[in-house]
Amino acid sequence: MSFYNVYEKLKDQPFHTWFNEVTTTDVEKVLRKDRLTESDYLTLLSPAAEGYIEEMAQKAHRVTLQHFGYTMQLFLPLYVSDYCVNTCKYCSFSVDNVFPRRRLTMEEVEEEAQAIAAMGIEQIIILSGESRIHSSVDYLTKILKVLKKYFSSVGLEVQPMDREDYEKLVGSGIDALTVFQETYDENIYRALHTKGPKRFYNYRLDTPERGCQAGMRSVTIGALLGLNDWRKESYIAGLHGHYLQDKYLETEIGMSFPRVQPNAGSFQPEVHVTDKNMVQAMLAFRLFLPRAGIIVSTRETPQLRDQLIPLGVTKMSASSSTEVGGYAQPEETQSQFEISDERSVEEIRQLLHKKGYQPVMKDWQIV
Amino acid sequence: MKDPLVIAGEEIESRLFTGTGKFANHNEMHEAIEQSHSQVVTVAIRRVDLTGSGKHIVSDIPKKVTLMPNTSGARTAEEAVRIARLGKASGMGSWVKIEVISDQKYLLPDNEETIKATKALVEEGFVVLPYMSPDLMAAKRMEEAGAAAIMPLGSPIGSNRGIRLKEMIRIMIDEIHVPIVVDAGIGRPSEAAEAMEMGADAVLVNTAIATADDPVAMAKAFDMAVRAGRLAYRTGLEPSSIQAKASSPLTGFLTPTGGGDQ
Repeated sequence: MSFYNVYEKLKDQPFHTWFNEVTTTDVEKVLRKDRLTESDYLTLLSPAAEGYIEEMAQKAHRVTLQHFGYTMQLFLPLYVSDYCVNTCKYCSFSVDNVFPRRRLTMEEVEEEAQAIAAMGIEQIIILSGESRIHSSVDYLTKILKVLKKYFSSVGLEVQPMDREDYEKLVGSGIDALTVFQETYDENIYRALHTKGPKRFYNYRLDTPERGCQAGMRSVTIGALLGLNDWRKESYIAGLHGHYLQDKYLETEIGMSFPRVQPNAGSFQPEVHVTDKNMVQAMLAFRLFLPRAGIIVSTRETPQLRDQLIPLGVTKMSASSSTEVGGYAQPEETQSQFEISDERSVEEIRQLLHKKGYQPVMKDWQIV
Repeated sequence: MKDPLVIAGEEIESRLFTGTGKFANHNEMHEAIEQSHSQVVTVAIRRVDLTGSGKHIVSDIPKKVTLMPNTSGARTAEEAVRIARLGKASGMGSWVKIEVISDQKYLLPDNEETIKATKALVEEGFVVLPYMSPDLMAAKRMEEAGAAAIMPLGSPIGSNRGIRLKEMIRIMIDEIHVPIVVDAGIGRPSEAAEAMEMGADAVLVNTAIATADDPVAMAKAFDMAVRAGRLAYRTGLEPSSIQAKASSPLTGFLTPTGGGDQ
């Protein structure tokens, strides 16, 4: 059994009709419920539910407070390499884009770690372009050795790997895995990833599950909104989260709602996903899976991020650089995408305090 | 009327234990703890800066309380033991609330792993208070392993659903010899009072205080409720209906001093 079995049953279903058949009465009924079924989740993602966003927000806020309190975890991404073997049309790191590539030496990793630690951040995620050679298990293990001195939790967002590789990395202290499916639509997926190992839809789809099996403490998934109908993508991504949460009770499942951002290519999003659309997706997910993490990156603007804080978000990045070596020596290389919120960690901390939230810099200790 | 709770030889005046999670900021947490009059405060070791650098949560907990670090975040007995050792090594004392939660969906404790961790940590000299799903045999094993108190949940953590597992907890109160501290699920002061009236030795409240609109006022309310519930229990609330002496005895005539046949 893989999530692909769930996807297979869904892929040819009349989503468009389903979403449009939902009535306001259906939405009101769902909003009175404590526990949501899959079809309730679909109801909250429908056009009819757009008129109930405020009610959804109030409820999402209450549910999140109950489970997570007035806290917000802060983390940073650390880009270690921009070598990539794939051709994702929407990403600057695509092998088709020509720019001088680099990966960090251990000395440089240490410099980056010091720069990040100086900001007070204790949780980080190692990011790289997808290349088994340039971001090998061996290279990542060496990086981890350096990072362990500075951080209490280190996650991974690199190329998908086999379960055995994840087990090795978990053994050395990696505790979190992030992997985005980009789009759950198999045909669109193939069209966007024309060359490279990323073409294998099923291998990527099963990656979060391999992470759970390998003992990752938390696994974050998501769809890159803008590549396909956002309602459908959010629905399937939510079901994916539900599938993992049910099957792997020990793993904390997180969801992210990234939208396509400007990049070095000329890719234009297929679908324009408005702020309202993204908020609806986030709220519906929160009400469907009250115990799941929700992560918001600096892809979003400061104005929007401020407003998103009480809507169910549990984890935010702050002061991110999406360039390799971007903390110690900013603006020397190609960034993966443009970030929108350039405020410092201190500014984000102040903002959280002002909003009545406690910034949590540390939530786990590598033991 | 002195009525201290004794755990591991330590006399505790307040039967309200509090937690440090979910508060909007440390000042509010500090003030709420003060107003709760709580003397035992639990803190997640995973959130504490163990290097001692930087300002962290522990420095904002009132000095006069007994710190009870917890192993939240642990998903196995082995992790709980390692976390407890880290806490002790960083100077957090020898009390520890064991939390082993391997289910991230409902956050229910894993009793089997908790028993293992209790055994291991008692052997290492910790004062161990295990958080558990109310189950008599599991509680007995924890007691046998040397737990200083047992902390069953009233309903799932953070649920504010009250003492849903009342019958199970009542049995534990009757059968377990170490103190029973009802931990998790208490959402209202009246529910804390209810736990105390039932005969629980103490309650631990976090979410209901930390996420209240006014955590300081809510902490006060819980303090009062716990005192009221305890006083009612000591006064003999339930047994009084069966055992207490009636003001006009019906069978007094059978005793020599009674009015009976004389």
